[in-house]
Amino acid sequence: MLLKLHGRHLRALSAATSRDPFLARVCKNPDLPAAARSRELLLHDGAGPLVDAFRGHLVRTPCDPGDRADVYLIGPEFDYVGAGDVVRVDPARGSLSVLYRRASAYNSMLVTERCDNYCVMCSQPPKDRDDAWLVDELFAVIPLMARDTPEIGITGGEPGLLGPRLVELVDRFRLFLPHTALHVLSNGRAFADEAFARDLAAVRHPDLMLGIPLYSDLPEHHDYVVQARGAYDQTVRGILHLKRHCVRVELRYVIHRDTIAGLPAFARFVARNLLFVDHVALMGLELMGFARANLDALWVDPLDYQAELASAAATLDRARIPVSIYNHQLCVLPPALHRFARASISDWKNRYFEDCEDCRVKHACGGFFASSELRRSRGIAPLRGDSAPLASTTGGP
Amino acid sequence: MNALAAKFHARDHFAPRGTYRLLPARFTRLDDTRYVVTNDVGEHVVLTRPELRAYVARELSPDSSVYAALKARHFLFDDDTRVALDLLALKLRSRMDRVASFTALHMFVVTLRCDHTCAYCQVSRKTEDRTNFDMRPDHADRAVEFMFRSPSPALKVEFQGGEPLLAFDRIRQIVLAAEAMNRTHARDLQFVIASNLTHLDDEILAFCKQHNVAFSTSLDGPQDLHDARRALPGASSHRAAIAGITRVREALGPDAVAALMTTTPDSLGRVVDIIDEYVRHGFNSIFLRSLSPYGFAVKTSLLRRYDVDDWLRFYAAGLDYILELNRRGYPMREEYAGILLHKIFAPGGTGYVDLQSPAGAGIAGIIYNYDGAIYASDEGRMLAEMGDTTFRLGHLETDSFDAVMTGDAFVDMLDHTMLEAVPMCSDCAFLPYCGADPVFHRATQGDLVGHKVHSAFCRKQMAVLRLLLTRLEDDPEAAEILRSWI
Repeated sequence: MLLKLHGRHLRALSAATSRDPFLARVCKNPDLPAAARSRELLLHDGAGPLVDAFRGHLVRTPCDPGDRADVYLIGPEFDYVGAGDVVRVDPARGSLSVLYRRASAYNSMLVTERCDNYCVMCSQPPKDRDDAWLVDELFAVIPLMARDTPEIGITGGEPGLLGPRLVELVDRFRLFLPHTALHVLSNGRAFADEAFARDLAAVRHPDLMLGIPLYSDLPEHHDYVVQARGAYDQTVRGILHLKRHCVRVELRYVIHRDTIAGLPAFARFVARNLLFVDHVALMGLELMGFARANLDALWVDPLDYQAELASAAATLDRARIPVSIYNHQLCVLPPALHRFARASISDWKNRYFEDCEDCRVKHACGGFFASSELRRSRGIAPLRGDSAPLASTTGGP
Repeated sequence: MNALAAKFHARDHFAPRGTYRLLPARFTRLDDTRYVVTNDVGEHVVLTRPELRAYVARELSPDSSVYAALKARHFLFDDDTRVALDLLALKLRSRMDRVASFTALHMFVVTLRCDHTCAYCQVSRKTEDRTNFDMRPDHADRAVEFMFRSPSPALKVEFQGGEPLLAFDRIRQIVLAAEAMNRTHARDLQFVIASNLTHLDDEILAFCKQHNVAFSTSLDGPQDLHDARRALPGASSHRAAIAGITRVREALGPDAVAALMTTTPDSLGRVVDIIDEYVRHGFNSIFLRSLSPYGFAVKTSLLRRYDVDDWLRFYAAGLDYILELNRRGYPMREEYAGILLHKIFAPGGTGYVDLQSPAGAGIAGIIYNYDGAIYASDEGRMLAEMGDTTFRLGHLETDSFDAVMTGDAFVDMLDHTMLEAVPMCSDCAFLPYCGADPVFHRATQGDLVGHKVHSAFCRKQMAVLRLLLTRLEDDPEAAEILRSWI
C-alpha cells in the first residue's frame, strides 16, 4: 500500500466560510447530533444529502452544493480517507493534508525540520527555518485523535530542539491519549543536559520510548556519520541521562557502507556499556533524501553484510537485549535471522514487488520502502514451497 | 569507492587530533609473544609486545585497529571526547554494585549425619543415627530471620549436610518459615537441596514440587570411579544417584536437578569417561572441580596425590573434549569456564561466591552450621572442625545480624581480600576475572592473603584464564562456542 498524504487538487464546489486553513476530523455519520458536528467534516462516499452544522463536506463525485459553504471534491488519491482521520484543509491553496489516520497502527508526526545532525543518509534532510507552527498544529490535532490510538511517532528534524515545548507535547499526549504508546525519534543530544532529561521523565508518560541513533563504538566514526563533531559524546550522555531518569531508550543503527564494518564492534560496545537500553533496531537504508544523493557511496547489498548482521544480532541477543532487524525483506536474510526481522515500514510508504505475490512468507515480510525501486538486493526472490531462501546459500561474494 | 556529495565532510575531517592519554590498565603475559591487557571494569584486549609498548609510550596511530580496540574499550582517551570517563565510572559502579546488596547465598547445614563414607568428604560426617548433630528448630528459625536481614534482592537457600534429606523435617520447617516471611519481603527466593538422593521418597518430592525446591547432587563419573570414592555401605552410590536423578527429573522437571563432580586422583586420566557419563544421562553441563584441601581429603592425604598441574592437564583435556562435543552437535558447557567467560564478557560479572573481591565468603554466601554457629563459608566451617575458627563469624543464639556483619572476624576478612590491594593481585591483568580465597590461603599458608607465588589457587586461576583467552584469540570456532556459554 502506498498512500499520498498530501494533495493539491482539492476542488471547492462552494464558497469557503474562511480562507484560512483549518483542522477537522473526518466523519461519515450524517446522523451525528448537530451539537457535535462543529469540528467534523462529513465525508460522502455516495450521493448522500448535505446536512447542516458540519464544518464542511468532502465529496468523491461532483454534486450540487446548493447554498452550503465548504463543500470540497477530493480525488481518488484520497480513497483511503475514513472516519476519525484528522485533516488540514487549506481553501486558499486548494490542498488537503491527512495528518492522522484512524485506521493506521502507527501515525508519525513531524514536529520540526530543524536538526543539529546532518546524517549522510538522512531520509528527511533538515531545513533550517522557524517551523514552530508544526508543533502548534499538533497541539490542536491531539484532541481530535481517537482515544484508542495504539501508537504515535514523533519525528523530525530533531524533536529535542523544541526544548521545553517537547516536554509540554509529551505531557499533552499523556493527558489526551493516556493509552497511546509514544515513540520519539531523537538524536539524543539535547538530553546531554540532564535537567532536560529529568523534565521529560517528570511527565511520567505511561508508555514513552525514545529512539536514538548511535552509529559506532568510536566517537570519530559516529561524528562522521552524523557530520557533527562532538555529537557522539552528547548522544551517549543523553542516553545515560534518559535511562538514569527511567525514560525508555531504543538504539537505532542504520546500515550502509559507512556503518557496516563497525556493526559487530557496535554490538559489543552496547552489550558492555549500554546493557540497560530497552531495544536495539538494526535498520536497512531508506533510499530517500541524502541517502538518494549519496546512493552510490552508501549502497551495500544486504546479501553482502550477512556475517556482520548475524554477529551483531547474536551479541545483543546473548546479552539479553531485545534486538530487531528493520527494513529487510525476509528473502535477503538468512533463516537464523528471521526471528529478529520485523515488518517495520510504515504502511503509507510500504510496497511489494510483483515477484512477491508468489512468496509464501509475504504475510510475515515487511516488504519494501516505496523508494526501493532505485536499488534492490540481488537476493530478492519469492520463497516458494520449501525452497531455501537465496540468502541461506550465499554469504556474499 | 564512491565519494559522498560535496556538501559532506570526509571521514578524516572527524579523526582524533593530537595525542591520547592512558586510562588505568593492567597487563600480564599471555604467552611468549602476547599480553593480556585489562581494566578495572573487566574489558580486555590481547596485544603483541610491540603493540603494548607503543600503547604505553603513546605512539599508537589513531587510524590503527589497535587504537580503535583500546579506545572503544576505554584503555585510552583522546582530546576530542570525554564520554569514556562517564562510561567507565558507570561500568565500575555497576560491577561493584553487588557488594552493596550482600548476601545472596544462605547455606543451612541441617544435619551433619550422612549415610555415605566418602574418602574426600569436606564435612566431618557423623553416622546416621546420632540426632544431636541435627540443627535445632529454634536455630533454624533464627537463621531464617537472619537471612532476611540481608539486603540482597535474591535469596538462595541451599540445604547442606551431611545428607540433608536425613533431616527433612528441618528442611520443611525452614522452607515454610522462609515462604511466610517472604510474603512481606517479596525477595526472589529459591531453594536447593545438596543431596546424594539415596533418601528421596514421594513425600519429599511432593513437598519439593509444591514449594519449587531443586536438587543438586554428586556424580563423579562412571560407576567404578564414582563408587570408588563415594562409599555407600552395602550399596552402589552411583546407582542411587542415577536413580535419584531420574526420579527428580520425572517429578520436578529436567532442570530441577544439577550434578557436580569432584576430581580425585583416579579421575585424572579419565576426563572423557566422566564427561561421557554426564552426556549419557542427558546433562548439558558439567562443572570440572578440583579437590579442596579440607576435611577428610587432607586427613586421608588424597590431596597430595595430585597437584594443581595434574588437575590443569585434566581440565584442559576436558575443555577440549567438551568443545569437540559441541562441534559434533551436542550442546555441552563447562560451568567453571562459563563463570570466567561471564566475568570476561558480561559487564556485571557474576555472583559466584569463590571468585569475588572482596572475598565472597560471608558477603556473597554465608553458612549456618548444625550447631547454630555462623561461618563465612562451607570451607570455613571445615577449617573450624580442624581447630581453626578464623571464619566463625558468630552464633545464631548470641549474635545479632548487625553484630555479625560488623564484627571483627567479618570485617577483617573483607579488609584482607580486596584484590585491588593484595600484593601481586593488584597489578595482575586477571584481577577482574579472579577472586580472593581467604580460606584456602589460611589453610595452606597460614594467613588470609598468602604469597601468590606459592598459591595453587593463583596458579590454577592463571592457567585456566590463559587457556580460555588463548582459545578465544586463536580458534574462532571454539570462541563462538565459548561465547554461547555466557
